[in-house]
Amino acid sequence: MLSSILAISLGAILTNNFIFSQFLGICPFLGCSSKVDTATGMGLAVVFVMGLASAICWVIDTYILIPLGLAFLETLAFILVIASLVQFVEMFLKKSVPSLYEALGIYLPLITTNCAVLGVVLLNVQNNYNFLESVVYGITGGIGFMLAIVLFASVRERIQFADYPENFEGFPICLVSAALVALAFMGFSGMQIF
Amino acid sequence: MKTILLSIVVLGVLGAVFGAILAFAAKVFHVEVDPREAAIRECLAGANCGGCGYPGCDGYAKAVAAGQAPTNKCVASGPEAAAKIAEIMGVSGGAAVKQVAHVACSGASDVAEPRFNYSGPEDCRGAMLFGGKGSKWCTFACVGLGNCARACQFDAMHVENGVAKVDRSKCVGCGACVEACPKSIVKLIPESQVIMPACSSKDKGAQLMKICKVGCIGCMKCQRECPADAIVVTDNLARVDVDKCVQCGHCADVCPRKIIDFFG
Repeated sequence: MLSSILAISLGAILTNNFIFSQFLGICPFLGCSSKVDTATGMGLAVVFVMGLASAICWVIDTYILIPLGLAFLETLAFILVIASLVQFVEMFLKKSVPSLYEALGIYLPLITTNCAVLGVVLLNVQNNYNFLESVVYGITGGIGFMLAIVLFASVRERIQFADYPENFEGFPICLVSAALVALAFMGFSGMQIF
Repeated sequence: MKTILLSIVVLGVLGAVFGAILAFAAKVFHVEVDPREAAIRECLAGANCGGCGYPGCDGYAKAVAAGQAPTNKCVASGPEAAAKIAEIMGVSGGAAVKQVAHVACSGASDVAEPRFNYSGPEDCRGAMLFGGKGSKWCTFACVGLGNCARACQFDAMHVENGVAKVDRSKCVGCGACVEACPKSIVKLIPESQVIMPACSSKDKGAQLMKICKVGCIGCMKCQRECPADAIVVTDNLARVDVDKCVQCGHCADVCPRKIIDFFG
């Protein structure tokens, strides 16, 4: 039990990182990574949404959809859950951390359409995870996302002082460095733990 | 049939439950918005011209309500609105100095020698790609394709006969045209300033005579005649010192080229 959870965690954070190996959630990854502070906030919001979404979606799937033979509604129901959760997080942040709310701006409601969140709940179903495994996969997937976005934001903060050809200004240099960070993460692939 | 009904019921119930939770959360996490913010927003012109330097009227209203911005930054909505906003904020504001745009070029197509016929997109920047400075010989001249007129939200800027003209009765002084002009020949001047040379050319007089029938040749007649020493020729171009000018209009009378605008 413990070993499977450890394997899931390490897989979600390092070897099968949502951004660098599965290429999910690229949009906030590029949009919200210009500053480390914002990236950390975005990462935390995604950890929260992914963990909670995994838990709620697992319950809805196992106790409502599958017994009623409505497994085909999974995607629809999951999106409903995610959208509500994001709304909730938005209200919460607006009240408690207004500065983070302003910094995240449009990218906060966009977590709704963040494919990494929908990806994690659909993968939970696909991999037949139980409740605990689902929640662990959701949270660690979120942590993997946060790790990636914070690392990349640090890289981008340094790029500002780097001397690169003018033609690469803006998104081009960003994509090149994202590719390099992804290459570094490839080093984890094939890593066997147990 | 059963499956369809079941799907509808299940999703409907799920939706209702989440809706109820969100409605409850909206109550719990309700954020008080400063009521003054909405009141200030009501006073503003609502053109979102950006003349105040804040992102739109909402941004400005927010900054004023937070006490971070002066109450008289909005020139578009006029002094009455500034007074009202000052009243809302409980401070004595003082009206904004109303400014109007002024085009420092008189090179209409019948007085400025053309260099080539431009036919292409109606865009000053587009025309400036050819030969660097547009279709007139004078490198300082208005291109006359109306970037400023398109930027104006108040219908105060029009291109007439190949040169931009400001309708001072409509201009609110937001500065959108100043931003839009690729030649930087549109400037904001106080509305009380009724004298302004309408030329930007720094070319020497003899040279300019060949390419423009009206441009300032830097003859210095205005400088000699000015009773207040407010108009000075530098770089072959007459310039008015707004602080010294007494608005008498004498320079406009004596100018041999009649290049000084007098709105008296």
